[in-house]
Amino acid sequence: MTSFLVALIVLLPLLSAIFLGLLYLYCIKIKKVPNWLFDTFGLSAPFLSFLITLYFLPKMIDDSEKVFFYTAYKWLSIYGYDINMGFMLDRLSLFMAMFITFVGWLIHIYASGYMRSDSGYGKFFFYFNLFLASMLLLVLADSPLIMFIGWEGVGVCSYFLISYYYKDAQNVKAGNKAFIVNRVGDFGFVVALITLFYYAGANGFDYKNLAIGVQGLPIEVLTFIGMSLFIGAIGKSAQIPLHVWLPDAMAGPTPVSALIHAATMVTAGVYMVVRFSFLYDLIPSVGVFISYIGAFSALFAALIATKQTDIKKILAYSTMSQLGYMFMAVGLGSYSVGIFHVFTHAFFKALLFMGAGAIIVALNHEQNIFKMGGLKKRLPLVCFTMLIATLAISGIPPFAGFFSKDEILLSAFANQKYVIWLLGLITAFFTSYYMFRLFFIVFFAKNCKYFTKLQTLSRSMKIPLIVLAFGSLFSGFIGIPKVLGGSNFIGNFLNDWNLHVGGVSHTLELGLMGLNILIALVGIAVAYKKFFQYDLTLNPELKGVIWHKFYVDEIYERIFIRGIKKLSIFFTINIDKNIIDRLVMSSSLGFIKMGWVVSKMQSAVTRYYAIFMMIGVSIISIYLLIVLGYIL
Amino acid sequence: MANMLISYITLAMILFSIGFLGVISRKNIFIVYMSIELMLNAVNLIFISLGRYYESMTPQVISMLIIAIAAAEAAVFLSMIVVLYRKRKTLNADKFTILSQKDAL
Repeated sequence: MTSFLVALIVLLPLLSAIFLGLLYLYCIKIKKVPNWLFDTFGLSAPFLSFLITLYFLPKMIDDSEKVFFYTAYKWLSIYGYDINMGFMLDRLSLFMAMFITFVGWLIHIYASGYMRSDSGYGKFFFYFNLFLASMLLLVLADSPLIMFIGWEGVGVCSYFLISYYYKDAQNVKAGNKAFIVNRVGDFGFVVALITLFYYAGANGFDYKNLAIGVQGLPIEVLTFIGMSLFIGAIGKSAQIPLHVWLPDAMAGPTPVSALIHAATMVTAGVYMVVRFSFLYDLIPSVGVFISYIGAFSALFAALIATKQTDIKKILAYSTMSQLGYMFMAVGLGSYSVGIFHVFTHAFFKALLFMGAGAIIVALNHEQNIFKMGGLKKRLPLVCFTMLIATLAISGIPPFAGFFSKDEILLSAFANQKYVIWLLGLITAFFTSYYMFRLFFIVFFAKNCKYFTKLQTLSRSMKIPLIVLAFGSLFSGFIGIPKVLGGSNFIGNFLNDWNLHVGGVSHTLELGLMGLNILIALVGIAVAYKKFFQYDLTLNPELKGVIWHKFYVDEIYERIFIRGIKKLSIFFTINIDKNIIDRLVMSSSLGFIKMGWVVSKMQSAVTRYYAIFMMIGVSIISIYLLIVLGYIL
Repeated sequence: MANMLISYITLAMILFSIGFLGVISRKNIFIVYMSIELMLNAVNLIFISLGRYYESMTPQVISMLIIAIAAAEAAVFLSMIVVLYRKRKTLNADKFTILSQKDAL
């Protein structure tokens, strides 16, 4: 029974999603349904899942070896090789599931306020619950194949949600982009799964057996698997070079961005690398590569974010940047640190997006920060909570982001990867710079003349902001390092993956910590100097390499898209239209003509029938004569 | 004997062909009917000549039967032609197309 509850974590949102989908169909086809009915199911499912994870928490804390398995049914059976629809709840997946359901639940509440007047209210919650169910399946799966189901489910739902306002072609394009770029990553994932199956899947395809199976494989094979898996992670988690979908994904409603960026979807890549830690432990060189990709992505995204004007795009790039930090950590084997940052990031990023969403709603869907300004007095709650989130992401103690980011940089330093460490440090500077640039322009700029009347925010949008503000304030405390007198609860909790932090003296650790804070403060100071009381009548200059996002989209356009487009056009015109269509059309035309000829024979003139009859009889007679051997 | 048979059969074939050509080329129902009778008799002729060739009485009996039945059939046929003429006031065979879909509609 207890282990059945593991499946229930996934099942509840899934059932709720199915029910909401049917209810929505009923709503649009037969009779209107009040919104509170959608609320009841859509909001309670994630909350119940969260309660179940809470139920498991004490059991896990007591016993570090405790792992719950539940096999729902046999999913595939090929000549006795079984793949079960199995769920696994260990400390890592419990921890992930816990904040996914919690933050997801808050975002659901927020969305119920944000989408209140939308005509597709039920549909939205159907997608939302399905998204959450897919993500939970991804996290709680006991084999890579089941994980892949959730992985694809998340991709599909993100596609639905990004192009939610499908009447605008631009949004549909963004959804397609996300989907296609993710396909590239998924290709890597599938290749990795096949290779893994071929080399290590003899005894079973769940994590336990694979962990045994990969031992003693040649290093080339392991490297290949590791790299292919990482390509999948790059696609999902938007790292260089597959990051291009993430900023465009801002086309969806803001709660979608919050859900995708904070708790689900983009963290899937990080989770996957951690989940395959048994593999990556064997190939530290690939890990270092992952770490470098993460570091470069972090810096790259932070640089782009300093020049953006769209509030949501700034946050999108900051997500990419923070994901870079996570990969930095997990690549170096500090899995628990990476997951810790995923955790704290979930809180403050959700809060940032919700705050941005609140501003956008209040300003009638204005997203350009240079058209906002001076909102401190008029949206005090949003301003205050955004300040907490901004401080958290900038890494100012005692806010959440400080502890996780500090540990990531510490683990890079302790592993003597000084380049990565330096990149992380520079990124930290830019992070606090661009976040406070956003904050100062939105809330403190002067001479804004655009909005006289603000829309009021509903209570369901304000409460999650407050809850998440507390989360951003306190969630870091579960990982206070020993040097500050804490117990590093999270590090101990995820003990299995806490390998490489340490080996640095306490003084040095404190020094690095001080350096981090200093760097962040410098970033804030620069932003303060440039943008506090910023005069909005000045037009910001929108040019340069950074404003154009390093021309990555344009380069892809040149290299890949144009060629593929030409190839597709070639196929449509030459192959499809000229050959296949003609073949099909001419054969159908032939039949029509044949029918016409045959219909001519049916003229109802008896004499013609006599002729045809005679012709038939003659043919049969001649045939018989030939067969019987009388002639020829 | 065999030469004789060949010439009889040739004659029958010529008669049959003439009858067939009559059926397909003439429009008057009477002439069509006469041509059909001609074809029937051509077949009869083959029967009888083969009966002579194999020195068997059976074909001759059958031929007699056919002639008898043909006489009865002629009566029916002619009466039908009279009825058709009364209905349509024409003897042109091409005008009778009620089996066609065009007329049914």
